[in-house]
Amino acid sequence: MNNLPGPSSPPLGDTPDPHPAPAVHADGLTVVRGPRTVLRHLRFTVPRGRITGLLGPSGCGKSTLMRSIVGTQAQVTGTLNVLGHPAGHPTLRSRIGYVTQAPSVYDDLTVRQNLAYFAAILDPGRAAAERRHHHVTRAIADVDLTSHADALAGNLSGGQRGRVSLAVALLGTPELLVLDEPTVGLDPVLRRDLWNLFHDLAATRGVTLLVSSHVMDEAERCHRLLLMREGEILADDTPDALRTRTGADTVEAAFLHLVDEAAAAGRTKESTR
Amino acid sequence: MSHSPTNQSPTNQSPTNQSPTNQSPTNQSPTNQSPTNQSPTSTETPAHTTAAAPSALSAARTTATAARVLRQLRHDPRTIALMILIPCLMLILLRYVFDASPRTFDNIGASLLGIFPLITMFLVTSIATLRERTSGTLERLLALPLGKADVIAGYALAFGALAVVQSALATGLAVWLLGLDVTGSPWLLLLVALLDALLGTALGLFVSAFAASEFQAVQFMPAVIFPQLLLCGLFTPRSDMHPALEAVSDVLPMSYAVDGMNEVLHHTDMTATFVRDVLIVAGCALLVLGLGAATLRRRTA
Repeated sequence: MNNLPGPSSPPLGDTPDPHPAPAVHADGLTVVRGPRTVLRHLRFTVPRGRITGLLGPSGCGKSTLMRSIVGTQAQVTGTLNVLGHPAGHPTLRSRIGYVTQAPSVYDDLTVRQNLAYFAAILDPGRAAAERRHHHVTRAIADVDLTSHADALAGNLSGGQRGRVSLAVALLGTPELLVLDEPTVGLDPVLRRDLWNLFHDLAATRGVTLLVSSHVMDEAERCHRLLLMREGEILADDTPDALRTRTGADTVEAAFLHLVDEAAAAGRTKESTR
Repeated sequence: MSHSPTNQSPTNQSPTNQSPTNQSPTNQSPTNQSPTNQSPTSTETPAHTTAAAPSALSAARTTATAARVLRQLRHDPRTIALMILIPCLMLILLRYVFDASPRTFDNIGASLLGIFPLITMFLVTSIATLRERTSGTLERLLALPLGKADVIAGYALAFGALAVVQSALATGLAVWLLGLDVTGSPWLLLLVALLDALLGTALGLFVSAFAASEFQAVQFMPAVIFPQLLLCGLFTPRSDMHPALEAVSDVLPMSYAVDGMNEVLHHTDMTATFVRDVLIVAGCALLVLGLGAATLRRRTA
């Protein structure tokens, strides 16, 4: 009943398709919040099974873009297709894992109770109890919180609570993970472990990841990058191609180069007016 | 059962994918079109699908939600103790305030048995759902395959269960230990108390949508509950009030809760008035629960 014929439908069955339909496709995507236009006519794609980094300074619209993809943002216009459906489509709810910037878990439940509840929402019924238990245990292990499984979420550190929030998103084997600044406030060891987990998810479980960050050194770990500034997309490319194109050594330098370029272009436009 | 045409293996598909509320991507309601939308491609796939039909009530998800709410409360034993003990202590206090006039205690005590659960459940629910809204867990839940009705019914079920314990203790204490003189069956008192608790849960859920902080939520208590308390006939019969106020009291649900309690107090049988009162309180509770569900938005600005 979900078979949706159309040009965007990827071929069935074969997983390692080199050019599958993108996980996310946006065209003319515009979001208005109150008097402000937060996103202006965005056009981009997020390829399947890869890690796409969404980078840009605070307040450039990263979170709004992620909320639009997940389907929790109001006032979204233009085209936004996610996994072959318009964003916010009811069938997408069990196929997308979403982690907000602030950890959204119940502080007065233990780690395991938190996960058990969200698992029961994704996969309800008594018959699924064993499968749920397995998923919960795996998700806790994925984020390295097994030793804290029976601690109240409210008693954990900020970074640990963030990982509980991430574990919730890993439940139910989502096809698309949308992670809003998942590594903020984590020590370098944990950050490395999480990035290893992200790569593992993409490589072995075929998960598509969209990860936002304002830390540019994380950009080097992504397969593709979307660089954002003031509600617009400055670049949509691989880290290597970005560096080559701008002649910069790092993604950070490439980003600054692009920002200066955009600002200069804006000035010329104004002066010719 | 068909799968969505993705290149994912079928094991990645949770059984909940086949939601009965499927919409075709071209199914577009007029509200999906914003006046600012000038993209020529927008007609093929709207990015905006608030018009999606609400998921049907799922028993498993509702009970999971209720169990989760109760589990949260279990980690907070002080709140449970306060919820259950305070009405009992107030009744004991009241009994000895009216030591010389047991008739007055009968009247006020019976009314209070209906008012306590309403107030407690109002406070607990408005704070609990406000927390759910501000902590981001509600947004997360609504991004999952969970119906709004499941959230509302889960809360109503959990706090309803707590209200049964609270009302049973308070009613038992009043009738058997404090000598509250009821002509009718104490079970009917309990029924009204339970419906009042449900009404309190419904009102709390509804007002939490209009509170931005816990401070505001608590201030809604005097705003929503006190006028009803003054007008419900507890202090003076409603027929003695200014006609304008009497008319107002006619549309406030607490008036019927107190009326119902008094019917049980004075009549052996279920009177027609009692049935009317019970139906009105239950109807109001359901109506406000529905309004509360309408305040849960999957998409927010």
